[in-house]
Amino acid sequence: MLHSPVADAAVRTFDLEKEGLRALNAALHALRPGTNETRWEVVNTKGSHAIAAGVDAPVTITVNGTTGYYCAGMNKQATIRVTGSAGPGVAENMMSGTVVVEGDASQYAGATGRGGLLVIKGNASSRCGISMKGISIVVHGSIGHMSAFMAQSGSLVVLGDAGEALGDSLYEARLFVRGKVKSLGADCVEKEVRPEHLELLEDLLRRGEADGKARPEEFRRYGSARKLYTFNIDNAGAY
Amino acid sequence: MCGIVGLFLKDKSLEPQLGRLLSDMLVTMTDRGPDSAGIAIYRAARPGRARLTVQSADPARDFPGLAEALEAEVEVKDTHAVIEVPEAELDATRARLGDLRPTVRVMSAGTGIEIYKEVGLPRDVARRFDLASMSGTHGIGHTRMATESAVTTMGAHPFSTGPDQCLVHNGSLSNHNAVRRTLRRAGMTFETENDTEVAAAYLSHRMAEGAGLGEALEGTLSDLDGFFTFVVGTKDGFGVVRDPIACKPAVMAETDRYVAFGSEYRAMVGLPGIEGARVWEPEPATVYFWER
Repeated sequence: MLHSPVADAAVRTFDLEKEGLRALNAALHALRPGTNETRWEVVNTKGSHAIAAGVDAPVTITVNGTTGYYCAGMNKQATIRVTGSAGPGVAENMMSGTVVVEGDASQYAGATGRGGLLVIKGNASSRCGISMKGISIVVHGSIGHMSAFMAQSGSLVVLGDAGEALGDSLYEARLFVRGKVKSLGADCVEKEVRPEHLELLEDLLRRGEADGKARPEEFRRYGSARKLYTFNIDNAGAY
Repeated sequence: MCGIVGLFLKDKSLEPQLGRLLSDMLVTMTDRGPDSAGIAIYRAARPGRARLTVQSADPARDFPGLAEALEAEVEVKDTHAVIEVPEAELDATRARLGDLRPTVRVMSAGTGIEIYKEVGLPRDVARRFDLASMSGTHGIGHTRMATESAVTTMGAHPFSTGPDQCLVHNGSLSNHNAVRRTLRRAGMTFETENDTEVAAAYLSHRMAEGAGLGEALEGTLSDLDGFFTFVVGTKDGFGVVRDPIACKPAVMAETDRYVAFGSEYRAMVGLPGIEGARVWEPEPATVYFWER
């Protein structure tokens, strides 16, 4: 996960209020492969937008505080940890790497994510994992309505409950919920949990820092009934 | 887009700072709504007295001599003026004002409420009225990015359609024409073609019929169609409701000293003790209100 060439690299602390968002993101975007500036800390975040968006380097970034829109968006390779809560669109379109939010996450966390791991230790709001395309998302708390809407691939693991219309118009993403599901969206159905799913859950719970909180056997699995996205004239009434 | 801020104080010792806290919150939301800005502030009511806040496009013509003509106390603040009279004479004063100065527009009427709103950047609007110096018990602010009607003073928020009531809105309503027609038949009057004014009038109408703030807010969920996050104020209360889809952002924070609302968390970062506040997103289709 973390490929730090210098194990004890000094932490570069960045004061967002003093130095500004553009300077932070420019410095992060300038990192080249093999950089020894592998540990970053951002302070005075105050809900600012787009903190550490578009990073493409195997570095560790601790964001101290609460963030606004699109923190860690499009992340590639980096490990980004937000100590507070995250605003809308955290880790949107993430490609790889890890993003951990210690608090809650607002709407559409991990939306359209292609890869990597997003961990939310609190609750996530509506539309978590909407249109996800390969990302893994682990939520320690509950998720809001319309989560995993049109989710194409990847895994969403929820230790708490899910809101209305989970997995509406779902493609091939795998959804695991430990608590209650308020309602399933169109074409989303409960499916059996097979050994390979338990194995997947075990790995995601461990990497999602949740292995002390839940066991794989406690989850139910939801997936696509595959009646909606493969057009079949007999299902015209469902479109 | 649009930005909303709101602050309802529980701790009286913060009351002198209400205007400053609220205007800082408002300015932080400038990039959500740079077209115009407004604030409704609930100030200490003077026993037996009530006030109108009015606006003029030509204050140099409209405001001189107004105090004498209305036999009222008049305090001019830039394009606005606060007219204070005995509570029993409020309606008569409003009618006389309409005759004397037909181009002057009433922003709000009541015992505590004052509304200031203008076209321009929130920072400039706050400065023009010296919002930072105002004390009060609760207040609501709005920065507007116009969608449903023109960028004018009257199209700015908050809207007030009943005594000591106001509403601000982020979103857009799709059935406002139909609701406006229904409310007109019920006797409500409208100053603009704006969708938000319809929401405000809907609440005023429901409350005039006897509904409480919570019940009136509940009604918006079934009777108004479209996108909305509403924040409303009454003489003693403060309420929030979001439509069932809830795509317009909303964050709330509560401590022993206040309840705060922001379209984004960053609007609240300057509030005292925010680090220790309970911070949450209001649930969709759920009514929240606080009353004294």
